[in-house]
Amino acid sequence: MTVLEQRGAYRPSPPPAWQPRTDPAPLLPDAEPYRVLGTEAVAKADPDLLRRLHAQLVRGRRYNTQATALTKQGRLAVYPSSTGQEACEVAAALALEERDWLFPSYRDTLAVVARGVDPVEALTLLRGDWHSGYDPYEHRVAPLSTPLATQLPHAVGLAHAARLKGDDVVALAMVGDGGTSEGDFHEALNFAAVWQAPVVFLVQNNGFAISVPLAKQTAAPSLAHKAVGYGMPGRLVDGNDAAAVHEVLSDAVRRARAGGGPTLVEAVTYRIDAHTNADDATRYRGDAEVEAWRAHDPIELLEAELTERGLLDEAGIEAARQDAEAMAASLRERMNRDPELDPMALFDHVYAETTAQLREQRALLRAELEAEQEQHGAQEGGAR
Amino acid sequence: MTTVAVKPATMAQALTRALRDAMAADPAVHVMGEDVGTLGGVFRITDGLAKEFGEDRCTDTPLAEAGILGTAVGMAMYGLRPVVEMQFDAFAYPAFEQLVSHVSRMRNRTRGRMPLPITVRVPYGGGIGGVEHHSDSSEAYYMATPGLHVVTPATVADAYGLLRQAIASDDPVVFLEPKRLYWSKDSWNPEHPTDVEPIGRAVVRRPGSSATLITYGPSLPVCLEAAEAAQAEGWDLEVIDLRSLVPFDDETVCAAVRRTGRAVVVHESTGFGGPGGEIAARITERCFHHLEAPVLRVAGFDIPYPPPMLERHHLPGVDRILDAVARLQWEAEG
Ligand SMILES: Cc1ncc(C[n+]2csc(CCOP(=O)(O)OP(=O)(O)O)c2C)c(N)n1
Repeated sequence: MTVLEQRGAYRPSPPPAWQPRTDPAPLLPDAEPYRVLGTEAVAKADPDLLRRLHAQLVRGRRYNTQATALTKQGRLAVYPSSTGQEACEVAAALALEERDWLFPSYRDTLAVVARGVDPVEALTLLRGDWHSGYDPYEHRVAPLSTPLATQLPHAVGLAHAARLKGDDVVALAMVGDGGTSEGDFHEALNFAAVWQAPVVFLVQNNGFAISVPLAKQTAAPSLAHKAVGYGMPGRLVDGNDAAAVHEVLSDAVRRARAGGGPTLVEAVTYRIDAHTNADDATRYRGDAEVEAWRAHDPIELLEAELTERGLLDEAGIEAARQDAEAMAASLRERMNRDPELDPMALFDHVYAETTAQLREQRALLRAELEAEQEQHGAQEGGAR
Repeated sequence: MTTVAVKPATMAQALTRALRDAMAADPAVHVMGEDVGTLGGVFRITDGLAKEFGEDRCTDTPLAEAGILGTAVGMAMYGLRPVVEMQFDAFAYPAFEQLVSHVSRMRNRTRGRMPLPITVRVPYGGGIGGVEHHSDSSEAYYMATPGLHVVTPATVADAYGLLRQAIASDDPVVFLEPKRLYWSKDSWNPEHPTDVEPIGRAVVRRPGSSATLITYGPSLPVCLEAAEAAQAEGWDLEVIDLRSLVPFDDETVCAAVRRTGRAVVVHESTGFGGPGGEIAARITERCFHHLEAPVLRVAGFDIPYPPPMLERHHLPGVDRILDAVARLQWEAEG
């Protein structure tokens, strides 16, 4: 019999300094994703807000289909569709006040557009004419981040700085389920909790990181559980229930604004389309799974609820559709024009003041372009 | 030499075959990274490996580059030979800490007792219309880190041979794959697939007498094309494929430059602080009295890699190389 097996004989005392700092219970997420639609909770929701969410969802879906069509026409280099995830995108934008900031990931074009950024400018990165097409300060939207999770510490820093300055600004940072494995995710959450920074982290758990399913990404009971270890609350929400996502995010934003510190929200959703138009999703998932999620469509969920409660009629739905159609038509029309590109702009904005080396390289390119033009002109002249 | 077995293959196919053969030959070889299993990698280089060797040997990891390389360090410590895939050039940056602080210097720190036979595969470079963070050429960072081999194939045969050598190497190797050559085809002899020069040796891909173009990876085909075009101007250009940036083959490079007396280094990565500066300096130090003109560099501009619609202006093309070659005549003009 070992010492440990002699019951009562060995009584280790806790280390002298040990004191649980917080009761983890209030930080833990619910076992089930929080839902509003189809439950009693819906009675508390503001009908105007629900209608606004609906209109934005319809718009978002149309944006996704239009952008995907543009990839087929070669007008967009690549598009990571968020079809099926529109509720998260839209709610993210609508949960913020104008003075707040959004830190989007590369899939979050819809949130960026719903925040007010020009739909064409939001696509610049993906079209390939410039890395970030919009002014981040205009609508307080950071550039779409391609490296995963790297924008999360930025959100923490900005929110912290705002608080130091005495501004009640909140930052909402978006990341995918795969991105939660990156070191930057952990560092950002830790900083946010230690600093009690006014940040909300929204994880869109859409089941896959390209081909890798959630089970290979984490062994945690949920991604929301990760919050507890850093000392912030984790919230689990049905990501296809726009009303629920909006409510949970708004609560978290309010809490952050009031000095309550950061929150991690996991929205459980699904990526209906492939990772991007260049990806072959049949390699890693079956149709049955996709179909099951199609039956839990964010637009249909909200539309059914609103119609049943008499808050939306055919005319209202039609109006939302027409608004989305107009947006798509304008997007299509503007994207079908060749962007005006000046190769000399390559040398702009590398530094606040350009360097002698860049001036030299600028002159080289200028000469090349002139030679190209001359040749072009000579050829045209010869043809005539 | 037989000609029967020589057939065209793509660089991607050769890389896949190299991984497969290495795994079959040595059970210590493990492939790991993001999407390398079920999907076979976003470029399909690891296609079929998980099926053939099981998920323990071709593993879809969590999405964390520092974690991928860091765990590979521990695996190598315990006798495995990890081959890790970084999905794209710019996504290897989160792993720099592991690469620089541990992978590159473990042998040295432990006085030779803990070598780390890790191969880090990095698809790199531009020209494929990738959006931001999908086209970087990071070779200068790797070159500046003592303890790493830095290798980059430009032919199908080298893709196979160099990757096998990298995996067999007892040192860590950063294996840079020129992604725009993945689908380029050339003749390859699968009967003698490892018949290529060793890591550390440069190869003259085209002999010539007027000047030497020194290049590697994605720029090799561009240089060969420039050499063809230069013939019309009466220039007989030699083209050297470095294949290995670390170790560097001073011997082959200097022998060539001494012969021609003129040299241009060509690469996609930035010129300032780029690999070309090191190469030009080495040539100048060793061949100064043989040089008829300064060693020139044709490189990408010193700017963050541009968006795809403008990348053609950034990448060194045939004309820019020929212009440099023309400038090599300066001495003759007095
Ligand atoms: C640091 C980094 N590593 C790898 C990639 C390549 N990559 C782009 S998207 C992606 C999967 C992301 O999955 P997830 O975070 O779940 O977001 P989702 O695509 O599902 O929205 C990967 C691996 C990247 N962009 N950044």
